[in-house]
Amino acid sequence: MADSTIIDRRLNGKNRSLPNRERFIRRYKTQLKKAVGDVAGESSISEVNGDGKVKVRIPTREVSEPNFVFGQGGSTEQVVPGNKDFVPGDRIPRPSGGGEGQGGGKPGKGEGDDAFTFVLSREEFLNLYFDDLELPELLKREISSVKRMKSRNVGYSRSGAPTSLSVLRTMKASLMRRVALEPRGDDEDDPENSELDLESDPLKQARKKPNVPFLDEVDLRYRNRVTYPEPSTNAVMFCLMDVSASMDEAKKDLAKRFYTLLYLFLTRKYEEVKLVFIRHTDEAEEVSEEDFFYGKKSGGTEIMPAMELMHQIIETRYPGSAWNVYVAQASDGDATSRDARASAEYLSSKIMPHVRYYAYVETMPTPMFGMARASDLWESFERLEDSFAGHFAMRKLFNRRDIYPVFRGLFERKEVAFGR
Amino acid sequence: MAQQLDLAGNEWTFDLLRDIDTQLHDITANKFKLDTFPNQIEVISAEQMLDAYSSAAMPVMYPHWSYGKSFSVNEHLYETGQQNLAYEVVINSNPCISYLMEENTMTMQTLVIAHACYGHNSFFKGNYLFRQWTQADAIIDYLVFAKKYVMECEEKYGFDAVEEILDAAHAIQNFGVDRYKRRFESEAALKVKRDDLAEEKRRQYDEIMAKVSPVEAAQIERQQDNYPREPVENLLYFIEKEAPKLRDWERELVRIVRKMSQYFYPQGQTKVMNEGWASFWHYTLLNSLYDEKLVSDGFMLEFLTSHTNVVFQPDSRDGRFRALNPYALGFAMFSDIRRMCEKPTEEDKRWFPDLAGTGNWLKAIDFAMRNFKDESFIRQFLSPKVIRDFRLFTIADHKSENELFIDSIHNDEGYRRIRTLLANQYSRESMVPDIQVTSYARMTDRSLTLTHMSRRGRPLNEDEAEKTLAQIERLWGFPVHLETSDVH
Repeated sequence: MADSTIIDRRLNGKNRSLPNRERFIRRYKTQLKKAVGDVAGESSISEVNGDGKVKVRIPTREVSEPNFVFGQGGSTEQVVPGNKDFVPGDRIPRPSGGGEGQGGGKPGKGEGDDAFTFVLSREEFLNLYFDDLELPELLKREISSVKRMKSRNVGYSRSGAPTSLSVLRTMKASLMRRVALEPRGDDEDDPENSELDLESDPLKQARKKPNVPFLDEVDLRYRNRVTYPEPSTNAVMFCLMDVSASMDEAKKDLAKRFYTLLYLFLTRKYEEVKLVFIRHTDEAEEVSEEDFFYGKKSGGTEIMPAMELMHQIIETRYPGSAWNVYVAQASDGDATSRDARASAEYLSSKIMPHVRYYAYVETMPTPMFGMARASDLWESFERLEDSFAGHFAMRKLFNRRDIYPVFRGLFERKEVAFGR
Repeated sequence: MAQQLDLAGNEWTFDLLRDIDTQLHDITANKFKLDTFPNQIEVISAEQMLDAYSSAAMPVMYPHWSYGKSFSVNEHLYETGQQNLAYEVVINSNPCISYLMEENTMTMQTLVIAHACYGHNSFFKGNYLFRQWTQADAIIDYLVFAKKYVMECEEKYGFDAVEEILDAAHAIQNFGVDRYKRRFESEAALKVKRDDLAEEKRRQYDEIMAKVSPVEAAQIERQQDNYPREPVENLLYFIEKEAPKLRDWERELVRIVRKMSQYFYPQGQTKVMNEGWASFWHYTLLNSLYDEKLVSDGFMLEFLTSHTNVVFQPDSRDGRFRALNPYALGFAMFSDIRRMCEKPTEEDKRWFPDLAGTGNWLKAIDFAMRNFKDESFIRQFLSPKVIRDFRLFTIADHKSENELFIDSIHNDEGYRRIRTLLANQYSRESMVPDIQVTSYARMTDRSLTLTHMSRRGRPLNEDEAEKTLAQIERLWGFPVHLETSDVH
């Protein structure tokens, strides 16, 4: 017999290399954060959120492990296979960058380019991504966890914690038991019972017992709680961006990061989040995500056309009964006062009734003299904050560091509004 | 038992694995007299395989970021189809642990069991380098200790502090090897010695710092013989024993890296032999199953396809060429030894009078397996026939010449030279630069001098050398100099 043992290890944990990955991420956090920023800058919002993995690239020299190895030069001979037509003494030009395949050291594995690919899980990616936004741990977990679990009662069980005791059910059980066990006078007359052996039938004997306890341990019923993934519904997020001449790249970058954060937050809450991108100058159009962020277009600023377009899209495609509508609007607020007033009016009467939450951020990368002048749009919107408390919020966004605090400001209000 | 196991194209089952393992064990033990450790065969998933060979293919390993990095590299190569997963991973331990991937067909599992559990296994048990340098019984325990120790240090002293030491020690892990001597002492006795030594170092250090003026010290240093008296090639060992400032736990980490390095040393020296031996045996054993009609034609066809892939050698001008394939070369050489024993040619009689026609091929390959490493194996056994079959030739690259030139080819004039050059190519000197500790200024500035013994004008990669020196300084705590000395 072979003295071999055969073991099925497949059920053992995989991810044995997880601790090493964690150490890699710790060690190269700076580089990874930069790479993550690049990826977030390149890929679209919805890709970042995919369940899959995110590949980031770091220059190889940054993660290389130094070692004493041979450099080029000196005299070497290399024995190789497959001679076709050489004879001793033949000369061949030295390949440029020479010495390849010669000497010691480890041959670079596979890839010829000078970047090293590290694959991050969605979780790791988001952690690094939000690290940049100075998101506190709690919210980081909140946003990056995949499903929200809820617990609810499903039936009853005979064991459980005292706090989950169901008095009603317990009393019912007690009553049933007592009714069943209480002695009845007509036993002897019952034809069914007369054939039974009185002495050996435990039921009979029990019935004869004079004292049936009011409450027995077997009566106890506890509420049975199970956890389950919270059923989610759909949401649609409107991204409105002002692309008029005054919205420069820095302002757009702020807006984009804000949209991304909001999107990630919403996908955490809803199974599916549709995105609608509307960009506007003095005219509005629905565009693809790519056009939204990278399209070149400019003109004067008017808000009203965007409002009308959004209203039309909501009415036709996302009726409020089936959809949770969110709006994030970014603008530098550089609109005429007439347009601003009209927009606020329209927003209040036509749009807000359909909307769960409306966030307006005014992007102002350079506050004037340390304080931001309020735009006309800002002033017109301000009164909506009171009339739609909990559903409407506005913030000024100066730089990337502000994104999270602003987001949290908006988010905290939401908890009140949506914490059913 | 003589009933045919129809395995072709089949899904494997644990029963089939057990049957085939029993068959293979019977053949190896009775017919071919292979001496093996008991086998522990573990079935794992593809992900677990990725995990396994990203931490130096060890079942337990201390944590370090570079293993996370290599996992990511492997994962990426695997997912983008640039690299297949190894069919197997086998560990030099007693019992000998082999991993089989669940994705393998039954034919592949059979190949892998023959290759790893009987091929590699018997090599680990028989080859002199492994016998001398690795304790198959103790390695798993040591790995468990090392892992625990590293993690405890991380907890006590912080990740960064541990990482710094491990990074630095890894930078010279190729220089943590004793090639000629082996210290046989119990771990407990060694620990006592180490503690004494550390205490002594501290005492000396304090004494010197307290009593000796710099001028005096320089005088003493000049009067004394150079220290160390002989150059030391095991840099990690020297640092572990002599580094003036390392704390005890840091010393222990250096030691762990050195131990691992020493453990892997035989593997690096026997790649051609080890893979060749295992390939020779999977080929021989599976043919033996077929001869005894235990497996079908379909099984053999599937097996031969895989086998051919394993021992395939692309030509040097083929886009797939990286280097000589150790599986191919080793397989060819062991097969060739058998051929020379059984069916010698006139040429074999001239070149290998001791082997040719003796008929006892089993004894011949067993002798070769036990007593050689790649370098000496090639020097001893590479025959003109194998040189011709591979169409081996030599490209010379001499500093003094403007062009490369063809030094030798597979003809009568070239055989001996090609054999010598190929053997040299597998020597440690041509793979790892020769760097030794030549001086330690104990009495003055405590600087350490390393000397690169340069052969044939081959320089170090300066950029790498500089970064590596910085890492050594981290361990040493005082300046470290690197000199070059032309040996020949």
